Amino acid sequence: MADNTNSANQTQKKQFYKKKHREQMKHQVITFAMMIAFTMLAFGLVMAEVDAMFTVPIILVLAAVQVLFQLYYFMHMAEEGHEWPAAMIYSGVFAAVLTILALTIIVWW
Amino acid sequence: MAEDVLKSGNLPENPERATLEGRNKFMGFWFFLGGEVVLFASLFGTYLALRNSTVDGPTGQEIFGLGLVFLMTVILLTSSLTSVYAMYHMKNNDFKKMQLWLGITVLLGFAFLGLEIYEFVHYVNDYGFGFSTSAFSTAFYTLVGFHGAHVAFGLLWIISLMIRNRKRGLNLYNAPKFYIASLYWHFIDVVWVFIFTVVYLMGKVG
Amino acid sequence: MSTTAENKAGFGSVLWDYLTTVDHKKIAILYLIGGLFFFILGGLQAMLIRIQLIAPDNEFISAQFYNEVLTMHGTTMIFLAAMPLIFALMNAVLPLQIGARDVAFPFINSLGFWLFFFGGIFLNVSWFAGGAPDVGWTAYAPLSLFSESHGVDYYAIGLQIAGFGTLMGGINFIVTVVNMRAPGMTYMRMPLFTWTSFIASVLILFAFPALTVGLFLLTFDRLFGGNFFDPEMGGNVIIWEHLFWIFGHPEVYILILPAFGVFSEIIPTFSKKRLFGYSSMVFATILIAFLGFMVWAHHMFTVGLGPIANSIFAVATMAIAVPTGIKIFNWLFTMWGGNIRLTSPMVIALGFVPTFTIGGMTGVMLASAAADFQYHDTYFVVAHFHYVIVGGTVLGIFAGIIYWWPKMFGTMLNEKLNHWFFWLFFIGFHLTFFFQHFLGLMGMPRRYWKFLPDQGLDLFNLISTIGAFGMAIGTIIFLVNVVMTQMKGEKVSGDPWDARTLEWAIPSPPPFYNFKQEPLVRGLDALWVEKMQGNGKIQPAEPLGDIHMPNRTFVPFVISLGLFIAGFGVMYQGAMWILAGIGFATTFGAMLYRSLKDDIGYHVHKEELEEEGDGSNG
Repeated sequence: MADNTNSANQTQKKQFYKKKHREQMKHQVITFAMMIAFTMLAFGLVMAEVDAMFTVPIILVLAAVQVLFQLYYFMHMAEEGHEWPAAMIYSGVFAAVLTILALTIIVWW
Repeated sequence: MAEDVLKSGNLPENPERATLEGRNKFMGFWFFLGGEVVLFASLFGTYLALRNSTVDGPTGQEIFGLGLVFLMTVILLTSSLTSVYAMYHMKNNDFKKMQLWLGITVLLGFAFLGLEIYEFVHYVNDYGFGFSTSAFSTAFYTLVGFHGAHVAFGLLWIISLMIRNRKRGLNLYNAPKFYIASLYWHFIDVVWVFIFTVVYLMGKVG
Repeated sequence: MSTTAENKAGFGSVLWDYLTTVDHKKIAILYLIGGLFFFILGGLQAMLIRIQLIAPDNEFISAQFYNEVLTMHGTTMIFLAAMPLIFALMNAVLPLQIGARDVAFPFINSLGFWLFFFGGIFLNVSWFAGGAPDVGWTAYAPLSLFSESHGVDYYAIGLQIAGFGTLMGGINFIVTVVNMRAPGMTYMRMPLFTWTSFIASVLILFAFPALTVGLFLLTFDRLFGGNFFDPEMGGNVIIWEHLFWIFGHPEVYILILPAFGVFSEIIPTFSKKRLFGYSSMVFATILIAFLGFMVWAHHMFTVGLGPIANSIFAVATMAIAVPTGIKIFNWLFTMWGGNIRLTSPMVIALGFVPTFTIGGMTGVMLASAAADFQYHDTYFVVAHFHYVIVGGTVLGIFAGIIYWWPKMFGTMLNEKLNHWFFWLFFIGFHLTFFFQHFLGLMGMPRRYWKFLPDQGLDLFNLISTIGAFGMAIGTIIFLVNVVMTQMKGEKVSGDPWDARTLEWAIPSPPPFYNFKQEPLVRGLDALWVEKMQGNGKIQPAEPLGDIHMPNRTFVPFVISLGLFIAGFGVMYQGAMWILAGIGFATTFGAMLYRSLKDDIGYHVHKEELEEEGDGSNG
């Protein structure tokens, strides 16, 4: 009897998770479509030879957004249990930004 | 108790974090990726510092072919989605489908790597753009090559996981391994997004 | 598995035990032996330098050999002595302080040690293979490109191998702290040594990749025709300096923070007071780490970055004095009104505070970009960084070794000899380096083989060399003490210092599973809480049960050995490529073996544990 309710519970739980996963998967497919769209936009801007002053910032922002999509949707960084991973990734980004700024700006001075 | 982790079937939600070993692997690998961010930042910084140091060699504007790069980008982005599908089936405890999607991921990875090798050979043969041609060429091959080496390592990793576990299905011991391999694969994609933007697109814009 | 059985075992089985161990306490001993070995080696090199500079125009060693000795002294002391000794303390103490049975990745812990070991050996093979690196421990390009022997290649590849090991060790400790704390051990109850080691590990994670890349670029330039640092081909030598110091400056905080942690354990214990301003100490540690990442260019003020960049980095550097000052005052306030016992670790702590403060003050002087043009590359800089590294890190390491010696080995170093060691070392240290401040201000450049007579430099150089002998004799006394103590083998109790933190709640040396039952932590200074409010014993958080332990393994040794062999192939190329093939095949083969073979560990059963008493000391 107890076993019965237990297994019934289990199937219910499984159903619930399955649904949750399907929901997630839908988001991920949408994310993917947007990433492809962003990529096409970036390549399109460059191929159309739009002014560099305009293109470069835009494609950098598009890249940053794509990366956030990867991190948050594909790698689930927003889910519970990801507080430390997120903290470490952002610390890495902090060190990375300083490194890149230094090497691009003050190396040739 | 110890042997339980090798039993397949009936896994909890988030099997990759169900055991302490799994949680450790999961955390440790994320932290490693944090370090990888700095590793690639150092390479990107070096590349950006040297991107105009072409001396007598060809410039990026002259040699980069955006068609090929676009194809490579789409392939790698798609492989990221297929590895998401693999993890989706892992969470639903469907080992067969997980293996199938991982297989597709690997095929796409090989396609990407093949195109990259073709690209490099093409640069060397048709433009005389070798590793030692200029500071720019050295920085270019080092940055893109590091990424390529990461792809190659990821492929070997995923393949060996697939072969090792082909007969025994998913369990609490190998679920974390599959999961972090897929994290690694996404990270490769993250790096590539910046490579196609910073190296190829910005190189073409000039 | 009892300790008596191990004592009777032959040399071969003990060796095999240590070659394959994944126990963090044994890895700590390996790090300790490796670190002390290289510390002695680096110390001998330091003596050669000081003997060469004892008198003007001296011809004791040749100019080329002087360059090699000086380079290897710096490289050895930083990478092969200070780092592993700090890892020795972390391995020995950190898991015990948080109530963990093991580290998060026992396998990777062992791999980290063997990579360090083989990297260090690789670097030192250069002495016998045509000359050690001779371009300074910073290996600035383009000098490092022009160095003709293979010395710099040994430097680049050896540090690369050792650096991988350090990175792995760092990740291991971060995850250990995040995932393996005992019930009740919240972040704000962690002992300060654990906190500082944790933050230092985070710094390792973000600093070492920059070194990895820098060393790769150097290797590519020297061995594979790269052009990163070759101005003729469009390269830029400043890139190396940036990458090196983006790593190098956090590195000095990696070295000093755990030493801060050691003193933050010792001072409360021997003042019989809780640490003053615990949360401000934690906050200051994090702030130092954060600021530590944006100050690296203060090593490069004279490069010509321009006034804006120089000012930014100068201000950021001076800001670090604030959290460091917070720490100094907290230590003083901990002692204030305390019931101070002048044991040797405490005396070292008392010596450390003013010494480090002097080093910090010269640091602020150097941070002033305009003044730095005067100090740059003189003995003033040498004096400064020896005051912080020897006066801070090395004193911290020795204090830590003496303090935790009973926990690691179950014996107690002779207190009398400890005091002799400290006073000789300490007075010798100040004689050696205090006068170097003035040598620097007089304009004596660092790294020079000779100085000329009658320029007012003779006396201070002589005093400096005499001081160095004091440090050497002090170190010898310490080593004698170690040997005598271990020969006598007198056992002490688990808590010989009447200390405050969790590691003292279990026997010395601890059983291989550390805690028989997971401890329940009821406050900061967990053991002290029980001493004051309970029966002096830590309450268990779980009933006695089976303990899961990792299997021993030889694979980390093989992986590291493979890279060691491959290094020679990559360097000598030609027919030697075959070595690279063999080496990489060994490494990747071993990695594949590791990844394919199930390793789920084993269990120590409840029944065995019951036979061994209650697991507390007493």
